Amino acid sequence: MAETLINARRRPRSRTRFTPARGTIPLAIGVAMVLVWVATSLGAPWLAPYPPSEIDFLAISQPPSAAHWFGTDQLGRDMLSRVMHGGAYVLTIAPAATLLGLVLGTAIGLTTAWFGSWVDEIVMRVLDAVMAFPIVILAMLALTFLGAGTGNVILVIGLVFAPLIARTVRAAALVEARKEYVQAAQLRGEGALYIMAVELLPNVRGPLIVEGTVRLGYAVFTSATLGFLGLGVQPPTPDWGLMVSENQALLTTAPWTVLFPATGIAWVVVAIGLAADGLKEYLEP
Amino acid sequence: MTAPLLELDNVTISYQRRRDRIDAVRNVSLAVQPGEAYGLVGESGCGKSTLAMAVLRYLPKNGLLTSGHVLFEERDLFTMTASELRRIRGNRIAMVYQNPGSALNPTIRVGEQVAEVFRHHRALPHHTASQAALEMLRKVRISEPDRVAALYPYQLSGGMQQRVVIAMALASDPALLVLDEPTTALDATVQADILDLFQDLRGELNAAILFISHNLAVVQQVCDRIGVMYAGELIEQGTVREVFQRPRHPYTAALFDSIPDFGVRKQDRRLASIAGGVPDLADLGAGCLYEPRCPISRTLCRVEHPDLLRAGTRHLSRCFFHTETPVPGSAAPTASATQAPESPQNQRLPLLTLNRVSRRYGRAHILKDIDLEIAPGETFGLVGESGSGKSTLAKVIAGLVPPSTGTVALNNVRVAGVASRRTRRQRRDVQMVFQTPDATLNPRKRIVSILGRAVRVLAGLTGRRKRDRSAALLADVQLPSRMLTATPDRLSGGQRQRVAIARAFAGDPKLVILDEPTSALDVSVQASILSLLLDLQRESEAAYLFISHDLAVVRYLSDRIGVMYLGELVEIGPAERVFRPPFHPYTHSLIAAAPRLGGEKPLRPVSLDAPSPGPAERPTGCPFHTRCPRAYDPCRTEAPPWRDAGEGHMIRCWIALDALEASQTAALRARSTAPAPVRVGPRP
Repeated sequence: MAETLINARRRPRSRTRFTPARGTIPLAIGVAMVLVWVATSLGAPWLAPYPPSEIDFLAISQPPSAAHWFGTDQLGRDMLSRVMHGGAYVLTIAPAATLLGLVLGTAIGLTTAWFGSWVDEIVMRVLDAVMAFPIVILAMLALTFLGAGTGNVILVIGLVFAPLIARTVRAAALVEARKEYVQAAQLRGEGALYIMAVELLPNVRGPLIVEGTVRLGYAVFTSATLGFLGLGVQPPTPDWGLMVSENQALLTTAPWTVLFPATGIAWVVVAIGLAADGLKEYLEP
Repeated sequence: MTAPLLELDNVTISYQRRRDRIDAVRNVSLAVQPGEAYGLVGESGCGKSTLAMAVLRYLPKNGLLTSGHVLFEERDLFTMTASELRRIRGNRIAMVYQNPGSALNPTIRVGEQVAEVFRHHRALPHHTASQAALEMLRKVRISEPDRVAALYPYQLSGGMQQRVVIAMALASDPALLVLDEPTTALDATVQADILDLFQDLRGELNAAILFISHNLAVVQQVCDRIGVMYAGELIEQGTVREVFQRPRHPYTAALFDSIPDFGVRKQDRRLASIAGGVPDLADLGAGCLYEPRCPISRTLCRVEHPDLLRAGTRHLSRCFFHTETPVPGSAAPTASATQAPESPQNQRLPLLTLNRVSRRYGRAHILKDIDLEIAPGETFGLVGESGSGKSTLAKVIAGLVPPSTGTVALNNVRVAGVASRRTRRQRRDVQMVFQTPDATLNPRKRIVSILGRAVRVLAGLTGRRKRDRSAALLADVQLPSRMLTATPDRLSGGQRQRVAIARAFAGDPKLVILDEPTSALDVSVQASILSLLLDLQRESEAAYLFISHDLAVVRYLSDRIGVMYLGELVEIGPAERVFRPPFHPYTHSLIAAAPRLGGEKPLRPVSLDAPSPGPAERPTGCPFHTRCPRAYDPCRTEAPPWRDAGEGHMIRCWIALDALEASQTAALRARSTAPAPVRVGPRP
């Protein structure tokens, strides 16, 4: 029998199960891990057992103990207090630098994508040349000229990140610029600024956010590296990179003085990386 | 009765979405006999492609067969082991998809790709496999198989690529060939050739065919039986003859009504569209799924879900009142009641004048010496294959692409090449509706700000008057005002095109360029958009430049028609004259290739098998001579003259008009498939 008459029975609707959207779990873990440090840094003045720069010559290079959970360094400063305070620098420098990079990079990316032809050609070749240098070398060169200091570190990291962000924005904007809603705007005679800001920018938001998060992770790492090289904040400020640098000679005798600030850096970098992955999954399934 | 080759028994397929499960296909039972061609038709979202994937047990990760069985040669595909399944997929069932470009490996020569199937599935030795591959390429009507076999996919046209894909599918000598919209991505002329090929192959092979398409006319040409799907259910099934002559489900009947018959004009009748939309699959009521849109529904339809009922010996319909199904054509209101816009033939000043407009990119001539006039209030239709320069011409007129040479004038005033350098008034006068519903609206803006911006910039209104005008525009395109606050992703394709039309009309344009505005839409939606365009034109008296590859639609809507080939106009004239002999040989082949409903198979007097040479290698003389079956010496060397056939009908051809007319009339009368012998007229 080839054709069966069908009895259209209705199955009872199966109970629907909530499944979280892709990427939300790593995103939540990453954000929570960062928030731990944000809270710690903000609360450090009240939570930290000692002032971060208080020198105690009676307790030099102590291993972790009940009085000093993370031990002390060669000046007898409490490592726990210093690590708690140290997060604040990384967590201000990195977002500020990333924001600067995002603003600059977006402006460059949108401009090159929209104007195309020789503007695109010249700007992108210049950026290629800049990007050919390792980021840390570039930052070191710039900071040697400008001088060390928090403001300059933000400026320099922002500047070296801008070309990378510009590339991402340009690629996404080139796809959008060919779409018909942009042509409709051109037919209305909209200016370049309107098209870039109102038509293109909201539609490159997804890749922009993902790129920004990835850059944030790198910014933490870069600012720590610059601190380690002595180009960031100056002693005795409790900066994680600086702490690793100050105590590297003690690596064999008092490893805790390096271990805890290094763990802090790694923790934040991993957390932001995790959040970036989750965000990418969530925005671009 | 022999056992069916493929049997679907009460098949339900569900997709897991973010939070819930929807049944994309519900309780479908059908059977395909050995050697039979079964067509599955329906509009987008009806579940036909899901069903095709189920036949290969190739559902996406979140898809699940929740009830029923898929039996192939009496074995359940969904209980097979992976290796059994693999053997069946390669050897017994073959598939051809919509896009041939992505079905072929771009790094392997096509002959090698076909030979690989022979080696892999038929275990032929290397040399024999290569020979068999050449034979198979010949079988799919590829002339010079030796030459083609050595080419890479990118060197082939879309039609040739699809032939290679078909050759690969046939190479394993399958018992079942699943064709999922195999001609949808192709030009009409190429589609006609591929459909011919399927018809020929059916005589030579014993494979059964499961043909999936949204296009009724295409299915009619290839299939014996058809099944119509709606919202995941099979709602009608029968032989092609029965279903086409007397559909027994109101939905099928409405589908037929929404397709413009070849030759119907806007003055004759309005196209019937189907009110409302497809129901939300996640929230189905108790009654008939088609009930909310059905013209003959009764109380019973609202409360009880109909089973498939017998409507004939081999005819099934999921309608309680299938005997009352309206006969297609009967329900369609005539245009006299609604008054199609008058076409102003007595010209005052032309609205748009193109004077020798050309556009080059490097060495490629995309447009070459286009002369064109469009009168106020007129609808000018532009047809041609893809790559003929239709869209570029539209962009030149709109000011998105400046012409390389030549001038564009509005009301006899020359306008700048780019929109930003035209005056505000000129920009307001020329607006455009685009092809892709997905890209025509900024996805991050709400409808209210999309329309509001257009009203502000084009009509110069602000504040309260801007808001009122936006709401009025939305009402004009028959969308509810609550959609003002929606974002484009909440709208269907047809609704987005309506918003795009409203945007174009924001500043009372004099000329609206419609670049394939309905080709991405389902036929029932297309009908409603075309009717809307006619209504708007009657109220606004705007002229339309309507671009489409669908000849029936262009003929329905247009007052005058221009035919483009390789960036040149080859024929231009009043709509009713362009479709009557004499035609340009290219127009003739376009008309012959257009798929159409009705008992007769279309005639194929001119095969455009040779690919278009492309704008970079423009032939000398007549651009069409490389594919023209009637080309003779002067065609190859000198540009042909315009010949006047009267009433503003102009044809650009070396062949004398009476010679063209005589042979073409004969071809129409004879309905022969062989090209009629041509006598070439003397040079003037």
